[in-house]
Amino acid sequence: MNEPLPPLQPTWRRYPELYAALWRNSVTREMQFKVNFLLWIVVEALWFGLQLGFMSVVYGHTESIAGWSRWQVVLLVGCSHFIQQLFTAFFLGNISDLSEHIRTGRLDFMLLLPVNTRFLISFRKVDLGAFVNAMSALAVVVWALRHLGHTPGLLEIAGFIGLCVAGLIIHYSLMFLLSSAAFWIVRAQGVVWGYYNLFNIARIPESAVPQGLFRRVFTLVLPMLLVSNVPAQTLLGTLRSPWHPLLLLGLSGVCFVVSEWVWRLSLRRYSSASA
Amino acid sequence: MGKYLQVFLIGIQNTLVYRVNFLFRAAVGLIPLTGTLYLWKAVYAGKAEGADVAGYALSQMISYYLLTTLVDALTAVAEDDWQIAADIKDGHISQFLIRPINYLGYRFSLYLSGRSIYTVVALLPVGLFLFYLREHFVWPVSPLAGVAFVLSVVCAGLLQFLIACTMALLAFWVVDVSTFIFIQFAFEYIASGHLFPIDILPRWGAQILMLTPYPYLLYFPVGIYLGRVTGPDLWRGLSIQMAWVIGGFLLLRWVWSRGIRRYSAVGG
Repeated sequence: MNEPLPPLQPTWRRYPELYAALWRNSVTREMQFKVNFLLWIVVEALWFGLQLGFMSVVYGHTESIAGWSRWQVVLLVGCSHFIQQLFTAFFLGNISDLSEHIRTGRLDFMLLLPVNTRFLISFRKVDLGAFVNAMSALAVVVWALRHLGHTPGLLEIAGFIGLCVAGLIIHYSLMFLLSSAAFWIVRAQGVVWGYYNLFNIARIPESAVPQGLFRRVFTLVLPMLLVSNVPAQTLLGTLRSPWHPLLLLGLSGVCFVVSEWVWRLSLRRYSSASA
Repeated sequence: MGKYLQVFLIGIQNTLVYRVNFLFRAAVGLIPLTGTLYLWKAVYAGKAEGADVAGYALSQMISYYLLTTLVDALTAVAEDDWQIAADIKDGHISQFLIRPINYLGYRFSLYLSGRSIYTVVALLPVGLFLFYLREHFVWPVSPLAGVAFVLSVVCAGLLQFLIACTMALLAFWVVDVSTFIFIQFAFEYIASGHLFPIDILPRWGAQILMLTPYPYLLYFPVGIYLGRVTGPDLWRGLSIQMAWVIGGFLLLRWVWSRGIRRYSAVGG
């Protein structure tokens, strides 16, 4: 008599365990290339320094940009980098691998595994160096707050954390949406590069952008002008309208739903590359 | 010479495959540029009417960024450095070593074909963008400046290729060159004047950067065009730029001859 298979654990318990195993794999993988690991931290730190340097050069010629003082902008750049690095830590590498999974046919295997395929693609590996960079960005945020002599209250800090998560979800959903293009065009490597360009405008004070098409698109469709501005303003206590946090939270939900819808649509189209 | 012309023509055909990719690149690249221009407009809006930043009026500042976009489209390396590094890593350069063709000459022909196609494709989005901002766009200050600008852009292109190629040849010594390329690129981004015109820095900062080859990639040609570099400075600058091109060429040859001696044709 064959022994019956042990029953599968309920889903909600399986996923945390699965994710823990994926984390262990990532740590092992990263520690194989220690020098490379450290060099990537240097590269990211250099680019972060460059952005801060640019703002400090600009503020060498002015006192305020669209109502933002020097240290407020330092805080904004810090916030933007913090969210971007969290995104890199959890998702960037995973999502940019999607086109490779499709091109090589590895997606077939993933579809056969008894887990949600989107979960597997999104969380397959973790970029540990990016956590180090996220912490240095957070340090810059705290440093800027001390210069401003502003101590945010508990509510502001909680709001900041919640809005950062919303920003993270927006980045994740939009990038996932763009990467799903790989189902239609095989060469979608330009997507990551394109997304870096979008990140770029997240660190501009939103009040510097005049009313018009550009502002509307990057507030309501690709909300790059909200993702770091709103958390930064929450922390600073300079929110111009209570609608902005709500808009950011709402849009994070919309972006996620749209990306899920496109993902399902894309999967239906998928006809495997190799077999 | 004929064989390099053939490589150039084949390169044109191969790159045409990427025309949509190039169009996408050129168009998306305008988004952060627009952001930067808004930032500068806000800076000028906060100042007194007619005030300038280190001698740049708002129109000149906007022209500066528009011109760097143009020079960048004409000269920047796209995938060349990654491809060279991959050729070395995967052992593909072996096939060039046994053929009567110079690998670096071959790469240079491909660089020229890549840039030709990119410029033609980028002309559409960049041209529309320039047209949209036409009130801020200025013509070269004089015919002489126009000619010197063209000459300087050609040298900038050569220098771009030499720097990228030399960096890529590090693949003879290290397995993964990408971090080195990105670190180099970060320096280039600031010192070439991509992020901002380097003469808005404090005087000593700009003087230090002028000692490196990077300002001659963007800042210098654009400075000629806008009439910020004139007279004896113009000729002196052009001589220094050409000296960097010759120096870069000699360095590349030296690194190549050292590297090829180390080369062990992994997988080739």
